[in-house]
Amino acid sequence: MQMSGAQMVIEALIAEGVDTIFGYPGGAIMNVYDEIYKQNKFQHILNRHEQASVHAAEGYAKASGKVGVALITSGPGFTNAVTGLADAYMDSIPLVVISGQVPMSLIGTDAFQEIDAVGISRSCTKHNYLVTDAKDLPRVLKEAFYIAASGRPGPVHVDIPKDVTAQIEEFNYDIEINLETYKPNIKGNPRQIKKVMEAIAKARRPLFYLGGGVVNSNAAYEVRKLVQKTGIPAVETFMARGTLAHDDELLISMLGMHGSYAANMAMSETDLVIGLGARFDDRVTGKLSEFAKNAGVIHVDIDPASISKLVPADFPIVGDVKNVVLEMLELVDQIDSNKYKTWRNSIKNFDELHPLTFHEDSERLKPQWVIQRTGELLGDSANISTDVGQHQMWAAQFYPFSRPRQWISSGGLGTMGFGFPAAIGVKAATPDKISINFTGDGSILMNCQELMTAVEQKLPVINIILNNNFLGMVRQWQTLFYDKRHSQTDLSVQPDFVKLAEAFGGIGYRVHTKEEFDTALKDAVEKNVVAFIEVIVERFENVMPMVPAGGSLFNMMLLEKKEKK
Amino acid sequence: MITENSERRVISVIVVNEASVLSRITDLFSGRGYNITSLTVAPIPESKYSRLTIVTSGSVRVIEQITKQLHKLIPVLRVYEHADLVEKEMALLKFPLSENITDISTLCAAYNGRIVNVGENVIIAMVADDPARIENFLRVIKKYNPKEIVRSGAVALER
Repeated sequence: MQMSGAQMVIEALIAEGVDTIFGYPGGAIMNVYDEIYKQNKFQHILNRHEQASVHAAEGYAKASGKVGVALITSGPGFTNAVTGLADAYMDSIPLVVISGQVPMSLIGTDAFQEIDAVGISRSCTKHNYLVTDAKDLPRVLKEAFYIAASGRPGPVHVDIPKDVTAQIEEFNYDIEINLETYKPNIKGNPRQIKKVMEAIAKARRPLFYLGGGVVNSNAAYEVRKLVQKTGIPAVETFMARGTLAHDDELLISMLGMHGSYAANMAMSETDLVIGLGARFDDRVTGKLSEFAKNAGVIHVDIDPASISKLVPADFPIVGDVKNVVLEMLELVDQIDSNKYKTWRNSIKNFDELHPLTFHEDSERLKPQWVIQRTGELLGDSANISTDVGQHQMWAAQFYPFSRPRQWISSGGLGTMGFGFPAAIGVKAATPDKISINFTGDGSILMNCQELMTAVEQKLPVINIILNNNFLGMVRQWQTLFYDKRHSQTDLSVQPDFVKLAEAFGGIGYRVHTKEEFDTALKDAVEKNVVAFIEVIVERFENVMPMVPAGGSLFNMMLLEKKEKK
Repeated sequence: MITENSERRVISVIVVNEASVLSRITDLFSGRGYNITSLTVAPIPESKYSRLTIVTSGSVRVIEQITKQLHKLIPVLRVYEHADLVEKEMALLKFPLSENITDISTLCAAYNGRIVNVGENVIIAMVADDPARIENFLRVIKKYNPKEIVRSGAVALER
């Protein structure tokens, strides 16, 4: 069928089963927007900033497991979107981001709203394309969706000049993808898997180290089974929260810079690390030479480049976690879960010695309480997004996650401004769940224009702003490592968050007490409109435990103990 | 990784001939802080692929990362990290006619070369040999005051 390049974009999205896209129009992408106007097969959510469009697509992708799609224009539209691309690249989120470009005849002339988009996105995407002929569009778009979702997922950027979206060509999407140079290895080597199971059976203090790859490969329920059948305790990375249910006895907690004492000690004492879809990030390992020093390392990852990048693997397995875990389950009978009883007990002792907790010793509410209380009130019924900073770490520590894809946060890039637009995408993907965004008084201002998107699209995201009048995480480092010189982190001057929400047509609450918080949260859930719940919290609370950057995991700064009355 | 021994390595990369594939490779090197000592590219006859020969340096672990990261790029078909290889490099040199042409010619011959062009004021000579020998030749030939030197960078084939 003959059609324009712009129509091809629409037809390709429909063929890919896309039901929601996020975007912002502009000159170079107008042909495509004209076709969006004419169709009703998928909805377009108009964000109020291109960065937010990409974050929303990320939230959508993470919550749904599908490929997220964003549509933006050239020049500033594209450069605004770059942070989102980089964020998705770091956290392996499948996206297809389509941008307009100036017409082919103007490329290279410093034309209005021209920027070398593929040149910029090259280093922060899994792959990118500049489409110079509409004949290539069906193939390019089909490849883009395939590359984004397969192997180690990631963002793919497709840049289309305006004259290419106007060009009329034959459209045929029923084509075979033939990428001779891209064939991700998804099946783990069976012999290696056998060796791994033997090593586990021999180990005395093995430890599952679960990463975001488990969530990405939809392997959480298989992993739960493997953990339960082996009786081997597990730690989760920040990205893997929700893989095991919070009340699973074998789940220790999160490990790393702000991991629990027990999790970090378990990692320091283990004799065999069973890494599944985790990449030994510096925020997890602390000082590399001291990390799991006496342990063998099993590393299952879909990305060969992640294996032995930082920590040499004794048993590397390249493959999709789900496939590998299914094979491991076949051989699980050789493992005697009773063998690890002493090990489990010593971990329990670690946890009793320094549990993950906080003290309610201030007049103001403690931020951790707010997270915990939200968990008590909403639990499984909510999906949890966050921005970046202290609130994010507290959310990862204290929210009772019960399922994979419940936790949506910017881990690798650490993008302030991620949470609100991501929570909009999450709500669009999972309308039956409450969409919570835990945020701080710093982060929320980085994409607060999304109030308009949420109001217009009736996507009732509840933003819980833990307001300590500080850029809290930086303030914490300044307190601890910069002799309390709180340079540019005091955010005493602030907007009226209640009025801000109301100005956009949302609803605002200011909360000082526990009772007020319960009332506000219940009311916000009931009212079902976008909300800001500003919670005035203790200003100088620190995220603890903490492994100072570059320190060893077992050398944690700990919460001061309080005398028991 | 600074403490680990840095070694010279030759890596060959087979890539699809398509727009911007070379910048994907060089961006990867610059973005991840790897070195490129030399780089040559040319299409592989009667195929849709090109072959790059990259001379780089790094510890064993860095080289392993380089090959893995290269392989991750979508248009990369194969990456060879050579251990046992035949390696050659070419150099072109320009000398003033006033220099001792017999000497230059003899020296070039010892490095698989000769005088390839004679102009009104200058001669151009070429040599083609192992990179280490080219290095040596260039050191020796200095006393004949070459006005310009161009090196091709290494090409390599596994034995």
